Formats: sequence, structure tokens, C-alpha cells
Amino acid sequence: MLQQILIQTLNGVITGMILALVASGLTLIFGIMDVVNFAHGELFMLGAYVGVLALAATGNFWLALVTATFVVAALGAVIYVVALRPLLGRSPLNTILATFGISLVLQNYALWQFGPVARKIQEPFTGQFTLFYLVYPWYRVLIALLSAAIIGAFWLFLKYGKFGIWIRATTQDRTMAQAMGIPVPWVLTGVFALGSGMAAASGVLFGPLVGVNHAMGLDWILKAFIVVVVGGMGSLGGCIAASIFISLLEAYSSLWVSPSQAIIFSSVVLILTLLFRPTGLFVPTPK
Amino acid sequence: MTGRDKLVFWCVFGAAVGLLALAPLVLPEFWRRFVTEILIWGLLAMSSDILIGYTGLVSFGHSAFFGLGMYGAAAALLLFVKPNLWLALLSGLVFAALVGVFVAYFATRLRDIYFAITTLIFSQIFYVVIFTWTDVTGGENGLTFSRPPLSLPGIFSVRFTSTTLHWFVLAVVAGSYLVLRRITQSPFGMVLQSIRENEARTRAIGYAVERYKIVAVMISALFAGLAGILYAVQNEFAAPDFVFFLVSGEVVIYNVIGGIGTLVGPLVGAAFFLMLREGLSRVISDYYLIPLGLVFIAMVIFMPQGLLGFLRRPLNR
Repeated sequence: MLQQILIQTLNGVITGMILALVASGLTLIFGIMDVVNFAHGELFMLGAYVGVLALAATGNFWLALVTATFVVAALGAVIYVVALRPLLGRSPLNTILATFGISLVLQNYALWQFGPVARKIQEPFTGQFTLFYLVYPWYRVLIALLSAAIIGAFWLFLKYGKFGIWIRATTQDRTMAQAMGIPVPWVLTGVFALGSGMAAASGVLFGPLVGVNHAMGLDWILKAFIVVVVGGMGSLGGCIAASIFISLLEAYSSLWVSPSQAIIFSSVVLILTLLFRPTGLFVPTPK
Repeated sequence: MTGRDKLVFWCVFGAAVGLLALAPLVLPEFWRRFVTEILIWGLLAMSSDILIGYTGLVSFGHSAFFGLGMYGAAAALLLFVKPNLWLALLSGLVFAALVGVFVAYFATRLRDIYFAITTLIFSQIFYVVIFTWTDVTGGENGLTFSRPPLSLPGIFSVRFTSTTLHWFVLAVVAGSYLVLRRITQSPFGMVLQSIRENEARTRAIGYAVERYKIVAVMISALFAGLAGILYAVQNEFAAPDFVFFLVSGEVVIYNVIGGIGTLVGPLVGAAFFLMLREGLSRVISDYYLIPLGLVFIAMVIFMPQGLLGFLRRPLNR
């Protein structure tokens, strides 16, 4: 039993890091642009597919990872400029619906292009180690470390990079940032591209663990929504903490119930959070 | 509403209902079913308009109410040896109302996007429960049952044909429209609209905003459940797919395409969307959802008022 719990802890932390990578893009986009991006899961899915194609073309996993990130980031920028920028200043409902439409289009495009059969991404190395009675692949551990590295780099970039400082300024006060000469429209486009790129990267990283198919985004978007709310909208640290918390919770609960029912537990956490601490569990109490 | 407005309204309403009542007599079987289905989805969209258009709450959880109405009707039809239409209606409404109370109690404490996300998550909880509780709900396969006869106890009992079923659905939908319209024009509906315009001020005037919201969500859930029952009766099955959040998304789409805050708009939006989908699926057999999604995005960007948005004032007079 103890061994099972330890294994589930490891599983939980690893899924949590991937989830954190997906959700930090979502929380970034929400925190800065007030856009609830329903298409985020589809960008995750498209990233995985671009990864599949690039891997087939180059044979190099890391090259595929980088390619997928940049391709989907560019796609994100295009989506933002074409479909979301015209909606600036309208009610949030409009942006939700537009992204909902985008997710419909992207999902069916993937179904059309790649068919309903799941594709597999070969992991870059197949080393394994023994954990109690299980053979555990090193790749899973590596994913967690890589996700942490990407999020860490992103945090440093937000804190010290010039563009990062622009982003934070835009979050705080869009009008004032514009007055200070920050090209706000470009910052917004850049943020959307950045968030899309992060979703794509997590898609490629996660690809080897499960099959890549056109509906894989749906599961993640729901979990990412839960994380974003539990962690506090727009907070990066809260987002990571909430991801790990939610994933651990689901990992432990799947010891007793089937994995598909585990989402009920995280939903209950979400509802309790919304009732008692709607600003998020992992952020300081607002004054 | 002056006398002349009243006359115009009832004339247009009568004409529309009359045309819809004639439809099954001239249309072939497939289109007869199609029009009935449009009416059912229209009712679902209309029920959601009470929240989106009149109270300013965007619900992404209407699939839960719709689906529970469906499963409620299924329960009554499967548990009783002699399937009875009115028992199915009653049980579906009770199911939808229970879910409505539950969702309303929690979700109405939140506003804006948080309300949307909570309703979404609630509907997903119901989806997962229905999907995984295979013994009771049939899991992925859903439940199938036979259609009850149209009956008045002790007076008559006839089997539904697609024409009488259409008339029955039309009667329910038209009746629901009148009831919903009356609700939006009642003092209660006025409070809802004032919550939409300015919640803080409504509270300051002394209205218990939370209670009004709870009742609004419950009314909406009841009518959504009614639509679910009609759908179950028409198609003789209940399936978890209808509880999935994509259905809720489609409901919001109908509202926005048709024009929120008009009640008729969502029905027109549903008709437009479903006909466009049907047309596209004939022209390009698969993957018709891609152009459909593109049309929808374009409509959100260029027609934020929806098809009937320009009628918003006269319709609410």
C-alpha cells in the first residue's frame, strides 16, 4: 500500500508538471488579456501532431519539440490577430465564443488531416529503472524536469527580460503601459503566441505517454481550467502549486476509484475553492 | 405594450405557429423530424436565454439540465411497465429541477466568467457520473426505450406519428415561449434585467439578488429539462453525449447567432445553425464542422447582435 502511494505520488508530481506547463499558458493569456481560451487544448493537440510530423521528417525528438513549439506559436499569433484582436473591448462572452469556434475548427481540422487513429511519438530514450515492483521509464522523470525548466525559464523571462517586463506592465495597467510607449497590441499578440507555444511544447512532451489524437485536448482543457481557477487566475506560482495539488489528488483518488472518475474529486476541490476563496487557494489574500 | 403592439405580436405569433403546424403536412419524413428537432433545440436555447440574455449569467452547463431531463424521462419510461408520457414529463422535470437547485445554489455565488466555469465543471461532473455508472445509466451506450403513446387518462390513447409528435412538441415549445415571455415581462423578470444592467445597484435598492439568481437558474433548468424530455421522447434514447459540455457550448452558440435577450432569437439561431450544418454536411460529407466553425467565428466578430438582435426592443415591449 505504501509503495502504491509512493508510486502515485511520483505519477502525480509528473502529471502535475505537464499540467502546470499547459495551465501556465492559459493563466498567462487569461491574466493579461482577459481571454478565456477554449482553444488552448486544441493548441496542445496540434503541437503534438506537429511533433509527430517533425519527428517523422527529422528523426530527432528535440528538433521536433522545438519545431512544434515555434509552428504553433506562429499559428497562435495568426489566430490572435485574425479572430481575437477584432474583439478587443467587447464583452468577454464574445472572446469565449470565438475561441470555442476556433477549437471546433482546429479539432475537426486535425480529424480531417490525421484521421481518427491515434499516432504515437517515440520517446527520445527508453531507459528504465525499477521502482518497487514497477519498471518506471526515466522519460517520465525527464518530462517533469523539462517542464520545470521551461516554466522556470519563463519565470526568469517575465522577471528580467525586456519583453517580460512589458508583459507585466501591460497586465497591471494597459492604458498606462501604452502611454509609456509599450507596443501593447504586439505584447498581446506575443503573449498569445507564447502561451500557444507552451501548450504545443507540453503536447509534444506528453505525446509519448499516450497516443496523439484529435480529442486529446478536451481532457486537458478542463483540468487546466480547474487549475487556473484553483491556483488563482493569472498567477504563475499559484498555477504550478495548484497543478501539482490537483494531479496528486487525482493520482491518490485513482487508488480507489477509476481514473476517469478522479476528475470528480478535483471538481469538488474547485467548487469548494470558488465558494470559500474565489481568488484562488495558492495566492496571498488580497488586501 | 399598446393595443396595436399586442395585435401585431399575436398576429405574428399565430402566423409562425400556424406555419410550423402546417410544416409536417407538406414536408417529407426526414424534414418533418428535422423541424421537430429544431424546435426542441430551440426550446433548450430559449431556456438558456433567460440566463444569458436577461440575467447576464452565461451558463456553460445547460447540457446537464438537458441530459438529466432526458435520463429522468428514461427512468420513468423504463421503470413502469406501461410507459406513460405524463409520468415521463413529471419525472424528467423533477430530475432537472433537482440538478437545477444544486447547480443554482453553488454557481450563483459567482459572477461573470467564474459562473461560466462553475456551470461547465458541474455539467462535467454529471457527465462523468452518468458515463461511468454503467449499471444504472447504461454508461457509454445510454438507455433505449420505446415511445409512450399520447394519452389523456381515461379519455384516449393514440400512438405518436411523426406528425402528431411534431404538433405535441410545437404545442409545448409555443406554450413555453409564452410562459418565458410572461416571466421576463413580470416584475420578477424586470429585477433579473436590472441585475444584468447593474447588480450592485439592484442590491442597493434592496432586492435579494442571490435569491433572484437562484430562481432564474432553476426556471432555466426546468425548461432545459423539458427540452431534454422532448428529445428523449422523440428519439427513444438517452445518451451521455448529450450531457457533454460541447452541447452546452452549442446552446450558447445558438443564443449568440440568434441574438440574446429576445427569446425568439435563440430558436432562430438554432434553426439557422442546424440548417447550415445539415446543408454543409450534404455538400461536403465529412468535416463540415470546419466551415461551420469559421462561419460562426465570423458571425461573432461581425454580427455581435445576432440575426434577430435588431428586434430586441420590439420583442421585449
